[in-house]
Amino acid sequence: MSVRDDRTTRRDPLVYLVLVAGLVLTITPFLVMISTSFTDQSLVLELPPKLLPADPTTRNYTDALSSSGFALYFANSAVVAVATVAGVLLLSSMMAFAFARFTFPGKSVLFGALMAALMIPGMILILPQFLVARDLGLIDSRLGLVLFYIGAQLAFITFLLRGFFQSVPKELEEAMELDGAGPWRVYWNLMLPLSRPALATAAIFTFLGAWDEFAWALTIINDPDKRTLPIAIALFQGQYSTSWGLVFAASVIAVVPVIVIFVFFQRHFVSGLRSGALKG
Amino acid sequence: MSVLASEATARPAPVPVRGSGPRGPRLSTRLRAARVPYLFLLPGFAVFVLVMAYPMAQAFRISLHEWNILPGAESTFVGIANYLRALEDPVFWKALVNTGVYMLATVPAQLALGMLVALLLNRAIKGRTWFRALYYLPVVTSWVVVSLLFRYLFVTDAGLVNYVLVDILHVTDTRIAWLQNRWTAMVAICALGIWKGVGWSMIIFLAALQNVPKELTEAAELDGASPTRRFFSVVLPMLRAAVAFVTIMLVIGGFNAFTSIYLMTGGGPGNDTQVLLTYMYEQAFDFLDFGYGSSIAYILTLIVFALSVVQFRVFRYSEED
Repeated sequence: MSVRDDRTTRRDPLVYLVLVAGLVLTITPFLVMISTSFTDQSLVLELPPKLLPADPTTRNYTDALSSSGFALYFANSAVVAVATVAGVLLLSSMMAFAFARFTFPGKSVLFGALMAALMIPGMILILPQFLVARDLGLIDSRLGLVLFYIGAQLAFITFLLRGFFQSVPKELEEAMELDGAGPWRVYWNLMLPLSRPALATAAIFTFLGAWDEFAWALTIINDPDKRTLPIAIALFQGQYSTSWGLVFAASVIAVVPVIVIFVFFQRHFVSGLRSGALKG
Repeated sequence: MSVLASEATARPAPVPVRGSGPRGPRLSTRLRAARVPYLFLLPGFAVFVLVMAYPMAQAFRISLHEWNILPGAESTFVGIANYLRALEDPVFWKALVNTGVYMLATVPAQLALGMLVALLLNRAIKGRTWFRALYYLPVVTSWVVVSLLFRYLFVTDAGLVNYVLVDILHVTDTRIAWLQNRWTAMVAICALGIWKGVGWSMIIFLAALQNVPKELTEAAELDGASPTRRFFSVVLPMLRAAVAFVTIMLVIGGFNAFTSIYLMTGGGPGNDTQVLLTYMYEQAFDFLDFGYGSSIAYILTLIVFALSVVQFRVFRYSEED
């Protein structure tokens, strides 16, 4: 063991060098974004580029926040993302429970259909999905966003949770059943509480997917009052074609919740992945 | 490739449906019990059929028509005319080539870099958690934000990329008009794809590396195997499932690339940076040609399906070695 430790230590400088070099490439764009968001519009894209703006200003932030609708777009995104998370967690955990704990005719066909959906790039369905949404009167509706986000994420989250549910020892369940508990109580009072780490992982994936989604929202939302943040930011860029400071101030505001959630759930995240998707 | 094949092979039969045992209760109770798993599946599958399965079938039907998008209007059946049109459409071929280029550039790079970072982080070094979190940051940042950001970095006159190349590294004297030419624009688009995806491969590989027993690598080390040898002969074979999973997901993700191209170049200049999805989208929502758009979507589906079959074979054969 000590031999190994010595060698690891000796190789450390090179390891750090590579890791730090990669890190610089990874985070420089973020630093540029933050720096530009604090730069006055007249000084954006000046040469040489400055990592710290010479005369930092918060004007881009106040402009973005006071621009018409920004608070509304933020609220729209939050409502849509939270509703999507709730819907996906409920529906997927129910399906995962059925697949993990029951045998029934048609099981492998149904599971195969879900897995097949994982194997196609979701975007190819956008034309017929648009027609479905239109026929259901879901154009320009937040429900239209939520419903289709749920549908798009169901398969993966079911797969993730099924893996976790299968790892829950059966003895606990059998003990509950001896006490007369039916399948619904086992699901609600045993499976879900035991699966918190997996559910947290699933919640992050789902939240990010809904919070960041662009193409579907671009397609069905025309009403400015229903816009989500990604649409609003993309339009910021068209609306004020050179106002990069404003674009990036809005971007930073949109990215912050994601980072907060990610940092908060980080611990669950890797462990949830390990127990779910990558077993065997 | 047990990640996805486990349903058919690995799992022991789950507990029997409650109340259905040989000495079970009355028939009506047993029927009610037999209904239970379907009730658990019902709400999820209702949404799934409406949002995924039905549109999948509908896309094929649309692709065989000159589709009239007015609600309730009649559409003309044109057979495979839309598919034949694609084969003779130079922009379709250009989009197909660009999609292939994007795939060939981004998938191997994400695999290799993700693996490299995962291996470096899979040891007791200071700041491991921080490295991991920061490398993962691009993954959790929205495509819209990073696409605009990369567009800004690749601006011709005062963009950071040109500044570094011209004024710091002195690689070239002229500022490259990155987003105004086909291949330089593809470089920028692919750079974004790689930058955004490395963290994802890394996290999956890190998770998988935890399952490689230390004893194995230590034994190989005592036998005098070099680090390279240890990786290829000991570690990599243990990661087969993870590599297969990541590769398949990256290929599917590569075909799903849309937002970055839409926001960085809009498929331009001309149609030079169209990929299949941006071209499909343009045909459908700019020219309202849903029939042609759907045929492009279906061709893409067939390519993905064929590639998946090939990948499953490759990974399964290597598993049998």
